[in-house]
Amino acid sequence: MPDTVFFALEVMLNGLMAGVMYALVALGFVLIYKASGIFNYAQGVMALFAALTLVGLLDGQVPFSHLINAIFGTDVHHFPSGLRDLFAAGEGASGFTAMLGRILGILIPVLLTAAVMVVLAWAVQKLVFRHLVGQAPIILFMATIGLAYFLEGFGDLMWGSDIKALDVGLPKGINETLERVTNEAFGYGFFIDNLDIVAAIVAAILVVTLTLYSQYSRQGRALRAVADDHQAALSVGISLNYIWVLVWSIAGIVALVAGIMWGSKSGVQFSLSLIALKALPVLMLGGFTSIPGAIVGGLIIGMGEKLFEFFIGPLVGGATENWFAYVLALVFLVFRPQGLFGERIIERV
Amino acid sequence: MNAETPVEAIPTADDRKIGPVLMEMKHITLRFGGVKAITDISFDIREGEIRSIIGPNGAGKSSMLNVISGFYVPQEGEVWFRGARRPQMKPYQVARQGIARTFQNIALFDGMSVLDNIMTGRLTLMKTGLAAQSLWWGKAQREETEHREKVEKIIDFLEIQAIRKTPVGRLPYGLKKRVELARALAAEPMLLLLDEPMAGMNVEEKEDMCRFILDVNDEFGTTICLIEHDMGVVMDLSDRVVVMDYGKKIGDGTPDEVRGNQAVIDAYLGVAHD
Amino acid sequence: MLYREAGDFKTSYASDSQTFPIRFDRWRYWAVVAVAFGVIPFVIDDYWANAVAVPFLIYAIAAIGLNILTGYCGQVSLGTGGFMAVGAYACYKLMTAFPEVSVLIHVLLAGGVTALVGVLFGLPSLRIKGFYLAVATLAAQFFLVWLFNKVPWFYNYSASGQITVPERTILGVAVTGANTPAWAKYLFCLVLLFVLAWVARNLTRGSVGRKWMAIRDMDIAAEIIGVNPLTTKLSAFAVSSFYIGIAGALFFAVYLGAVEVGEAFGIQKSFVVLFMIIIGGLGSIFGSFAGAAFLVLLPVLLKNVLVGQLGWATDLAAHVELMIVGGLIVAFLIYEPHGIAQLWKLAKEKLRLWPFPH
Repeated sequence: MPDTVFFALEVMLNGLMAGVMYALVALGFVLIYKASGIFNYAQGVMALFAALTLVGLLDGQVPFSHLINAIFGTDVHHFPSGLRDLFAAGEGASGFTAMLGRILGILIPVLLTAAVMVVLAWAVQKLVFRHLVGQAPIILFMATIGLAYFLEGFGDLMWGSDIKALDVGLPKGINETLERVTNEAFGYGFFIDNLDIVAAIVAAILVVTLTLYSQYSRQGRALRAVADDHQAALSVGISLNYIWVLVWSIAGIVALVAGIMWGSKSGVQFSLSLIALKALPVLMLGGFTSIPGAIVGGLIIGMGEKLFEFFIGPLVGGATENWFAYVLALVFLVFRPQGLFGERIIERV
Repeated sequence: MNAETPVEAIPTADDRKIGPVLMEMKHITLRFGGVKAITDISFDIREGEIRSIIGPNGAGKSSMLNVISGFYVPQEGEVWFRGARRPQMKPYQVARQGIARTFQNIALFDGMSVLDNIMTGRLTLMKTGLAAQSLWWGKAQREETEHREKVEKIIDFLEIQAIRKTPVGRLPYGLKKRVELARALAAEPMLLLLDEPMAGMNVEEKEDMCRFILDVNDEFGTTICLIEHDMGVVMDLSDRVVVMDYGKKIGDGTPDEVRGNQAVIDAYLGVAHD
Repeated sequence: MLYREAGDFKTSYASDSQTFPIRFDRWRYWAVVAVAFGVIPFVIDDYWANAVAVPFLIYAIAAIGLNILTGYCGQVSLGTGGFMAVGAYACYKLMTAFPEVSVLIHVLLAGGVTALVGVLFGLPSLRIKGFYLAVATLAAQFFLVWLFNKVPWFYNYSASGQITVPERTILGVAVTGANTPAWAKYLFCLVLLFVLAWVARNLTRGSVGRKWMAIRDMDIAAEIIGVNPLTTKLSAFAVSSFYIGIAGALFFAVYLGAVEVGEAFGIQKSFVVLFMIIIGGLGSIFGSFAGAAFLVLLPVLLKNVLVGQLGWATDLAAHVELMIVGGLIVAFLIYEPHGIAQLWKLAKEKLRLWPFPH
């Protein structure tokens, strides 16, 4: 086969990997939408916020240091040691201790960040959405846009808005084994980023875990009941408030996972929340209520935009990735308003 | 009342003249996926009469009304209106032919005042375009005033002067129903469809509503097709009644005829097994 | 005792449906108009024109436009930035292609071009509703910005990829370009805003406005009582885009002078205008003014206080601004979904009954 075919295949594979990243963010949208009917525009900013918090904890940044410095004229920025170094074993430690120290130095900040996301979920529910129960979906949507702005300002104020590197020890660079194997087999080495492979595995684990959780656990059943019918769930004694906090917490943790992946790939910065906007067309393709839809939608968008850029991009000046996903979703929706996997809408009066 | 009277001229209690057939449904069948909501139903509505559709819950009455107003498109059957077969139409085109309706679950425009809601009933009759309205000059303003006068007459007729400028969201249920009737009347319809106009009302409100329905029929000569659960009301108001059950027609005729129909009695009271 | 409606009887339907039914409101309205046209042009300086007055006037036009679509017709759009860009680039192409024609004509035509583009992107609204539509309008936003960035014809093949406004005059006074006096910028925008606001008021109180609101409140019921959803939604898209296009043209030609499309008309612009109408009041012309004033003044105020007085860094002030704006959006949606306009109305109702509250 000629190299261009392989090259196109490689582009497609990379697109699929990018699609996994979109799907990770889209997953958080679906969870919240199913349980509460809220279309959470802030999901992307939540991922950004989680990543910022994680970096801050790892590196031992002082929260609100810029604000403190501005008010009190001080010059604080970091604690003497970040959590990463706090657990790191001394020079002469044995292999096992050093390993344990490294793992703890990553794991504990990740768990702490997860806890922060749970607190955030609780605060969002308590301060915002409890007061908006029963409002039109579009009002809730606009409220989440407000929330996104607030959270972005808050995150920047807390941790600063400079671009940060996030390193939690995930493998990076081109996967050499794959390249060697494919080179031997086809005479063409495929370039796939290790990080993308990890992301795909993590996404798969996440989806399986969430599915099992919602199928077999007590909370999962309650969650599905709420998704089906709020009133009925309420009448059999399920606390809506509890479920909503739960679901926002899970979405927060999904956001954390997405934040770690995106942050490791391209640094923690504002554009992360813009990339997350791409999750919106993903959802429009996959349907807002379907977890498999989110995954398939993500893969289609990721692959589609890479291929489009590869084949058509050079003809029209490139950078088509800026809009391809949205236009594809728009065209698709005109013909199938409920998405690929969404339920058909029957209108009644 | 004499049940034997031929259909051509049904004399009623107050001896109103019932005219020729206005609307005729021929062999209507409506399915949602595999579920049949309406199976092969035919009936007609004559000019000037009050025609009722009754039946237990889920009998397909509202679906029938939705077929008449063009919201549902039946898979089989024909709709004839004013002597011609009606081609497939969008609901707004049906409305423009002179068919107005109210809804089972009130469908008023909550963000607007009572007056504006009733004025929307006249949208099919207002003709000035975007350009003329943007200047609010001459024709646009004149048209607005003319239609406002008509609407004020309806407001007087339904005795809702005091709430003219109230946002409809703030009104109690009974008044909302009345405003919805006003909106439908504002369109000066030839045929008025009322979907459970008395549901959820207390006795006084029901009496008021009955009076309005009779007055509309009397004074404006409007043909009325009505769905209602309250048997007393239906039997008092209607000239003729269609009875539906499980999407099929099981009876059709004057209230007296229907009352004596064994199938109807079975549907309402259950079949005796002893 | 000024603010009373007792004794102020209406004897015709026309006078009953006028914009300001209470006499005092009419006086105050004419007083505001008199000051805006008769006093401010003589006292305005460059700082006030560029920092406050001109952006306020332009944003008010954009906010009225978006309010027609979102507040009156219920179709949420996140494509405002893209449509403003259409207005700006249409105005630029017209100005450079037909230099002898008045710039006023160009600005209005730019609105017309934007209206056509708006109708095109409004077509899916017949099938797509609610936030599906909101996301679909993002397609317009990103595609249009990309288009103006990538196709050199739109920026006349300039090396920088920017568009720069040529100088144009009205009645011998420059209104665009570097030599424009502050009062001319102000007055040019003010006249357009005044006329457009008046037209918007006329449209929203007549049958066109009722059709929009019927679609907004309950689209299915609206269709069944005789409103054609397609033409109604498209007319809202057209009128709305016309306003937004004019705002974009002015933003480029009068306010900025030179524009890089991604920077001036990015997604952030869409959100700013959306926030203006949420804070000001959905479905209210006055609310569009109030929201535009609020979001133009807030950053100026914060900058003066935090940066000017307290000596904070600018980026810190920007973060605080984000938090305040986001928080306010949420707060308004919770406590007063109809925004400042509703607060103002409630205050007036209290005042009307004062000092006897019942």
